[in-house]
Amino acid sequence: MRFHFKTSYDHDIRLFPDWWKFSLYATLVLVMLALPWIFQGVFGGRTAGFYLGEMTNVLIWAVAGLGLMLLTGTTGQVSLGHSAFMALGCFLCVNFLDAGMPFLLAFVLAGIVTGLVGAVIAVPALKLHGVYLSIFTLALAILADDLVVILEHWTGGVNGRMAPDFTLFGASMNRWANPQGWYFLALGTAIAVTLLYRNLLRSPLGRAFAAVRDSEISAQAMGIDVARTKTLAFGLSCAFAGLGGALMGFFAGAFNNETFNFLISIQLLMMIIIGGLGFIHGAFLGAAVIAFLPQALSMATDFMGSASIPGLEVGVFGAILIAFILFEPMGLYGRWLKLRVWLELFPFARRDMFRRQKSYLKTERLR
Amino acid sequence: MSLLALENVTLKFGGVTAVNNLSFSVNEGEVFALVGPNGAGKSTVFNMISRFYRPVRGSITFDGQDLLTKKANEVASLGIARTFQNIELFERATVLQNLLVGRHRHRKTLLIEEMLFIGRARAEERAHRLAVEEVIDFLDLQAYRDKMIAGLPYGVRKVVELARALATKPRMLLLDEPASGLSVEETQDMRWWIEDIRRQMGITVLMVEHDMGLVGKVCDRVLALADGAKLAEGTPAEVQSHPAVIEAYLGTSAISKTANAKGERV
Repeated sequence: MRFHFKTSYDHDIRLFPDWWKFSLYATLVLVMLALPWIFQGVFGGRTAGFYLGEMTNVLIWAVAGLGLMLLTGTTGQVSLGHSAFMALGCFLCVNFLDAGMPFLLAFVLAGIVTGLVGAVIAVPALKLHGVYLSIFTLALAILADDLVVILEHWTGGVNGRMAPDFTLFGASMNRWANPQGWYFLALGTAIAVTLLYRNLLRSPLGRAFAAVRDSEISAQAMGIDVARTKTLAFGLSCAFAGLGGALMGFFAGAFNNETFNFLISIQLLMMIIIGGLGFIHGAFLGAAVIAFLPQALSMATDFMGSASIPGLEVGVFGAILIAFILFEPMGLYGRWLKLRVWLELFPFARRDMFRRQKSYLKTERLR
Repeated sequence: MSLLALENVTLKFGGVTAVNNLSFSVNEGEVFALVGPNGAGKSTVFNMISRFYRPVRGSITFDGQDLLTKKANEVASLGIARTFQNIELFERATVLQNLLVGRHRHRKTLLIEEMLFIGRARAEERAHRLAVEEVIDFLDLQAYRDKMIAGLPYGVRKVVELARALATKPRMLLLDEPASGLSVEETQDMRWWIEDIRRQMGITVLMVEHDMGLVGKVCDRVLALADGAKLAEGTPAEVQSHPAVIEAYLGTSAISKTANAKGERV
């Protein structure tokens, strides 16, 4: 167990509390950067490309997941409509490319515009609470599906669009010809979004988000404009989801209304719950589960010598989600935190250490 | 000079008149208490000052400004901070983070500065932490600085809530039952802190409290409420011996009994 002897305020402000944590994350980033060559060495050739593609998929899900995590995990507002914003981000990006913008500009601008649209939609939406908000956002997701079909001029209707080839830093970014390039694009986006998120958490606005989640009434008494804060959270969340959506659509090669149907929103929500609500790590862990589980299942059915079983994937997802809600509401990352404390205290950890205590009375809501 | 003034304030919930034509004023630098039986409207008065409720009639002014034109989240920036009767802390955050939320009204940084952590962000963050550490020192919260609220005992939560209100650097502090549920020692600490808050920090205190021992020791003036209307106002001793107050608390026959008791003693 390490103790921190804090000697300056910067100790709490900086991203890593000590050299050990820093070296851990630095190693992680280095390994991730070296992954294409590691895979090449281990699997070789085409198989390496396949596994790299799977990793890219995880990172893309994580970007979108970080978006929903900001809204649901940090600010406490549920959304079942993030597939709509992923679709918006994707189709904006492809249209900006059509207009002749370089990819990087089109990509970032797509994120920003999605965020602005999200913030505008948030104004009426965030007057709602709990189950009403989820239904509102679910309606958005279903509406988006139809809008994509109707706005054929920009979206290609039901036929959808092919992901155009584009160049980034001089490299041609074809999904099939350049898996390394795509991997680095997804990795770069994931790192950038994580840093933005982390910076928010250590500044006043991030704390205001958490304040709104835990007690709107005392957040207000502390001078936080609750409506404005929620709107900001929704906008930022949508911006991240838009970036994730643009990557997801382009990575799929072709995309139409079906690519971003409302099941994607539900998967996104499942993902952050399985990963651990309110933790950045949770978005990545959940993304790994969502992206690898189908592969793991198909390998398992192959191994047992049976043909594919329809509905197996959805059923297993559902079972896992129920198990997490029942037995580990803090998700995979919460489980890891508990394991870590157990190891640190070994052999003094007690069984009831993490038993949830009865909470004290809350002020009856003033509305 | 009066800092906070309520004039002829009336608040109705449907047919129920929660506060009826109430007027009082709190002077700068004074400790003022609202007392009264349950349901007298004490917390309702607090919630009107915090702008959670809007009175149907009357005016509330703070330092010459009309409070009723402000929104609930603008009250803090005028320099009014409050605590809640049933502690309203941010459960899934540490003590330090809770207090830092109290600094929100001093936020100067823009969204973009915070997201990229450039420009003023770091310097501002240091300034917030300096201010918060002063409060932590003042209320002896060092041992709990990095603890999650969810695991803290009740007495500590009360102190953290006071600390969070102080972290806003208020001119006026509204304390809703600061001593309820505290042990004798903790109540004693609370009493000294309230005295220090007034003396060292020069903060005006308006509080609701049932513990007449505490009220008698720290308050300059007391206002007794019953059924939303004023019963008596004056020094703690005056209010405690006021016949209407005794009646509200103990019933009509109590007055004659006290009178008899006094008579017998004479």
